[in-house]
Amino acid sequence: MIRLRKLARAASVLTTPLAPEDILSLFNPVFSARQLRGVVTRVVAETADSATIFFRPGRGWKAHQAGQWARIGVELDGVRHWRSYSLSAPAGQDPAITVTDVGAVSGVLVRDTRPGDVLFLAPPQGDFVLPEHPRPLLMLTAGSGITPVMSMVRTLVPHRPDADVVLIHSARTPEDSIFREELSELADQFPNFKVTHWFTGERGRVDFSSAAVLDELCPDWRHRAAYACGPEGFLDDAEALWSAEAAAAAAEGSTGSEAGGSHQPEGPFAADPINLIIERFTTSLAAGAGHDGGLVTFEASDREVEADGGTPLLDVGEDAGVLMPSGCRMGICHSCLIPLRAGHVRDLRTGEVHGEPGQLIQTCVSAAAGPVNLDI
Amino acid sequence: MAIVTNHEAETTEDAVVPSSRDDAALKADGAAAAAAGAQAAKTRRGALATSGSPLVRPPAAAHLSDEQVAELGRELDAIKDDILAKRGASDAAYIRRMIKIQRALEISGRATLLVSRNKGAWFAGTTLLSLAKILENMEIGHNVLHGQWDWMRDPDIHSTTWEWDFVTPARAWQHTHNDLHHRWTNVVGKDNDVGYNLLRMDPQQEWKPFNLGNPLYNAILAPVFEWGIAIYDLELQDFKDGNKSKEALVKDLKALGVKALKQFTKDYAATPAVAMLTGSGKQALYGTLTANAVRNVWAHAVIFCGHFPEGTDTFTEEMVEGETRGDWYVRQMIGSANISGSKLMHLMTGNLSHQIEHHLFPDIPSNRYAEVAPKVQEICKRYGLPYTTGPMWKQVGSTWAKVFKLALPGGGKA
Repeated sequence: MIRLRKLARAASVLTTPLAPEDILSLFNPVFSARQLRGVVTRVVAETADSATIFFRPGRGWKAHQAGQWARIGVELDGVRHWRSYSLSAPAGQDPAITVTDVGAVSGVLVRDTRPGDVLFLAPPQGDFVLPEHPRPLLMLTAGSGITPVMSMVRTLVPHRPDADVVLIHSARTPEDSIFREELSELADQFPNFKVTHWFTGERGRVDFSSAAVLDELCPDWRHRAAYACGPEGFLDDAEALWSAEAAAAAAEGSTGSEAGGSHQPEGPFAADPINLIIERFTTSLAAGAGHDGGLVTFEASDREVEADGGTPLLDVGEDAGVLMPSGCRMGICHSCLIPLRAGHVRDLRTGEVHGEPGQLIQTCVSAAAGPVNLDI
Repeated sequence: MAIVTNHEAETTEDAVVPSSRDDAALKADGAAAAAAGAQAAKTRRGALATSGSPLVRPPAAAHLSDEQVAELGRELDAIKDDILAKRGASDAAYIRRMIKIQRALEISGRATLLVSRNKGAWFAGTTLLSLAKILENMEIGHNVLHGQWDWMRDPDIHSTTWEWDFVTPARAWQHTHNDLHHRWTNVVGKDNDVGYNLLRMDPQQEWKPFNLGNPLYNAILAPVFEWGIAIYDLELQDFKDGNKSKEALVKDLKALGVKALKQFTKDYAATPAVAMLTGSGKQALYGTLTANAVRNVWAHAVIFCGHFPEGTDTFTEEMVEGETRGDWYVRQMIGSANISGSKLMHLMTGNLSHQIEHHLFPDIPSNRYAEVAPKVQEICKRYGLPYTTGPMWKQVGSTWAKVFKLALPGGGKA
């Protein structure tokens, strides 16, 4: 590897101002001096509106952990768009994303991706991953929330006889349920894996308002490390239940009753909200609401755009052709930070207006509140 | 707002994890940057007036009323909006194809020069490399550096990341060209491209005995044009006048030094060195020298055809004082000249043969200028404005005539 790099540096004497990779990309599209790319090797339809896309990444990719996500860049009518997708392949195998068609970018990925296509990539990241030490697990998923959990199940269940995994997966109908057959087969094959398919079309949404459903489907749920991934409401409800149980347990604990009993190592986790690890899909943005907007100046790029008060500055910049750094697009990964030179921005999650010169702004969840100057 | 709703739908896609990044560290960064950024939100310097007229309207446009100029501005805006709406996958495919062709020419040309002891190989290699360099500078480099392809959001083809096979560093050139030249096109005293601080190219420029050498300087400049541009981009005159700090000049000099060394090493050391393996070292050196000279002469000719042929106007500072959007458009049109010719000719000039259209819309993709040209010509005709164009030989002849004429005192229009 080191020798390769030296060779590349030597070759760049002949290719400057290009890098040798720029020349090699004539022959293999994975080569690039500037950005990680992957070539699609296989596309498998999962349901009517979802597909799994396998790809071979170029140099610079790092192997993913089960449950992580990666940013994928796709071109729509010549314009690069970046979105984050969970990797569904097990750890240790070639990466694959499973995508559900819910918008323009995911739609193109699901419908139009063919083997040989080039995807733009960022290395996998995220801390929705398996615990370091073996523990009984409870997975709660809804819809495409199964994707990162599928990677975990595939990584753990066939290879670890000591694994103990219960999965409750909610989908509208059997036809909409991604990985349904594979999950059922795994459950048949491995006694350490139990799966409950919950179809909301038949039974309504999983009820987290009390512990009744969980008590029925997984009686020892309080003693399991729980992972949840799904839509906002699903996760909020689960979170509320875990908090309520934690409060109740704490109250009980203070009256002297002993919880957990002999399972001391697992006991403290019981019904503790920390014990619920959550992977969120989206953040609700207080878009619009008639707030300001203003002239946004991208100083280094010498661009000016009139923006409304509901559009994230990230979108404003991208639409103006500025090379905006971006990440999760929901205000959590801090990949999109840009220093504010002047003006104020509104946090679209909270509605709060803030801004001091030099402050790093999360452009994906901030909109202009009056004129804004950004250092990009 | 359609964009917002669409975007929200998109973000409900698979998923992301709560961040564990250390916010305190980020805040510290912010505080450090705060000192530098303490300034109020401002509107852009040089914003054009929205109504009214310049102190003096250029003679060629003097017959137009304020309202007519405003209407002309709206018509040209509409042409641009039309292109921006159409811009898409086919344009992206175009620039990627050009880049592929250019790189294929470049490596095949350079590879052929490695065996250039053979005369045929020398001729073929030099031709291929000359073509590669011309394409790289004109159709690709110049246009990418204008931001014509920034809308693709591809960091490999972006005005902020691109570097070209030309001595002057891309950033330095972007400043003098995109900003100064395109904003102040042909305004004597503001646009130094009028003669590049070397030639007397306008009668308004005061005659000095030095100008007697006009034709000689121009003849010397052509084959080393890239060095001329590199020195020009240092803005030595601004430094002498106290308008450019020493630090800025040193920084530019360093950037130029690094770039020049790399360029020099590639063409005049590394390529001949490898060619020595086949005993073709000397021939390879002549090949790269010739290719650079061919590119320089061609670029010089094309660029001089942009604003110097007979029929293009220059302007005084009074003519830009209070200039509206429409007046700015008018100045770009009557201050520029096109070159007529075949598709290949347009390509090899980097579509600078559509100089008028390029100056109206410097950042629309170059492959769209041909489509815009008839509409612009029609507008010029309707508003009674000159639209200067002609074949290459005629335009080159016309610029050389001016170079000779202005070597002598006077030279103003009769």
